[in-house]
Amino acid sequence: MSLKIENLHANIGDREILKGLNLEIPKGEVHAIMGKNGSGKSTLAKVMAGHPDYEVSIGQVLLDGLNLFEMEEPDQRARTGLFVAFQYPMEVPGVTIANFIRAALQARLPEGEELDAVEYYHHLYEKMDMLKIDRKFTSRAVNEGFSGGEKKRCEILQMAMLNPVYAVLDETDSGLDIDALRIVSEGVNAMRGPERGLLVITHYQRLLDYIVPDVVHVMVDGRIVMSGDKTLAHKLEAEGYDWVEKEILQQA
Amino acid sequence: MSNTLMENPIAAQSAWPAWFTAEQAIALAEYEKSPTPTRKNEPWRFANLKPLDLSAFVEAKPVASEGRLINASAGLAETSAKLVLGNNTLLHRESSLPAGVIFETLETAATKHTDLFKKYFMAQPVELGSHKYAALHKARLAGGAFLFVPANTSVELPIEIFQWVEGANASVFPHTLIVCDENSSVTVVDYFKSADKLPAFACGVNDLHLAAGAKLTYVSVQDWSHETTAFHLNSTSVHRNATCTALIANFGGGFVRGESLSRLVGEGSRSEMFSINPVEGTREIDQRTLQDHVAPNATSDLLYLNALDDKSRTIFAGLIKVEPGARGTDAYQKVKNLILSDDADPNSMPGLEILNDEVRCSHGATNGPVSNEELFYMQARGIKRDAGRRLIVNGFFNSLLERIENKPLRAHLEQLLAKRLAIA
Repeated sequence: MSLKIENLHANIGDREILKGLNLEIPKGEVHAIMGKNGSGKSTLAKVMAGHPDYEVSIGQVLLDGLNLFEMEEPDQRARTGLFVAFQYPMEVPGVTIANFIRAALQARLPEGEELDAVEYYHHLYEKMDMLKIDRKFTSRAVNEGFSGGEKKRCEILQMAMLNPVYAVLDETDSGLDIDALRIVSEGVNAMRGPERGLLVITHYQRLLDYIVPDVVHVMVDGRIVMSGDKTLAHKLEAEGYDWVEKEILQQA
Repeated sequence: MSNTLMENPIAAQSAWPAWFTAEQAIALAEYEKSPTPTRKNEPWRFANLKPLDLSAFVEAKPVASEGRLINASAGLAETSAKLVLGNNTLLHRESSLPAGVIFETLETAATKHTDLFKKYFMAQPVELGSHKYAALHKARLAGGAFLFVPANTSVELPIEIFQWVEGANASVFPHTLIVCDENSSVTVVDYFKSADKLPAFACGVNDLHLAAGAKLTYVSVQDWSHETTAFHLNSTSVHRNATCTALIANFGGGFVRGESLSRLVGEGSRSEMFSINPVEGTREIDQRTLQDHVAPNATSDLLYLNALDDKSRTIFAGLIKVEPGARGTDAYQKVKNLILSDDADPNSMPGLEILNDEVRCSHGATNGPVSNEELFYMQARGIKRDAGRRLIVNGFFNSLLERIENKPLRAHLEQLLAKRLAIA
């Protein structure tokens, strides 16, 4: 059982951004992708989620053997068990967090079955308390007027509520101060387990001190070019990415 | 054989005083001699004139399902009074209002409170095009609601009025007259409902009068059947330092012509004019507004939201008029159209007429589709496209409902809206 990305090529307009990406995250593991700005990290997250701006030319993503790209609508992929925490979560004016998450859970129930409201709020408050989100936030519009840190916490809250099989966290650390980073990381760590695979996309090694990965991958120009254990993240932090690029050139 | 709408077989048994029935005869003559509007009349620009053929409509019979309608007249959990009218007749009344508050049927008020009635009944000019239909309304008026809140009286819990129509092609003439005396405050919710999914004709008037320092929140929940042709002629006059918040929710009606005049006649007065209009199918909402600033340092704030799906159509024509003496005016007018279909037809005509230089005014109209980014975000959480779209429409309207201060009322309206959009 795994989230498996095979020879993935994707473009936005005429520009190819993912150029044959291969990656497999077995269930129960936490993997990290590190890479410079513009290497295609966020594109990978959006392509998997099904963002309409991106076009997949070749390749597939298999979620426990199910091809995500055979599911045309993004909501089918989500209900299959994929969750993407976005780098820049969208604002949805007038839709409260409580109603938003409830609609997402309701969508996972069989036709005609109603979500139990009392149980739902109990569950929601429990997760909010864990993430130290004020309960008043339930009646605030999704991400509207939120600080960067509040948006990221709200993403993790959604993940905790929707209980995905595989989650991709795109730059979840950006915009977080150290306290928020700790809280968010605790929220993510609480979801680690044998029944779930996580892919953490980040720019900085800092996050990986809190969410310690099993495997670290380096992404350059739309491909995974190197993989290693968590010490690889430390090396990248200390020495930058130039040596990786040199090594690839030598191999070529 | 049915009687047509223009005949009034029950006039002889009318509950009105004789002087009023005499006025009704004059109004009927006025209706008959007034020409039917054409698109050449400015207030009828872009209007669909087909619904003005009223020949199919007939006199409403007495309500057959009285008990059912009374039971279905349920709104807020807590109210201070309720009036239920069906086919122009009183069906039910309950009240725990403070002493001095008058909450009666209109015809009772005409007899028992003649001076008040004469002073305020249809006392505002009809300037937005439907002079003819105002005359028809008066001519055929058989019942309605009258509320008078005396000076320095606060009615804590909202008052609810339900006005029903029942029967195929039945005609109703709903009327709500609210008079708030100095420094009084009250909240009123006015529901317009159909007993069945049948064509009907409604020609209603509601007039709001606020004396100095009064505060009124008035909500119209228009929920006629989608086969109904409806006119709603609204006016508001606001005196010194009084504040009126009026929200018109057009949930129903196949063709709805709404005219709203707000006159700011006292210094420091404030009028908020809000409307939410979810439209789909071939429904049409035609709204004409006038914010008439007579007095200085007054504020008017108009925000109309339309969400148009399928082949639906909206017209918004609004004018802010600042009279020469109205220095220090703050006037805002905005209509936002959320376009859900390529075949929808929104028409917006905002306008200003400013005869004093010391004013702040803004007006504008925007058209926009549902944001693909918002929709994608919802889908990325597993929400189906159609449900996501409805949530976004719900959010679009909810952002206006936030302007309603009374929390239980706001929550109730949010619920009605969610139900209307098939979300809850």
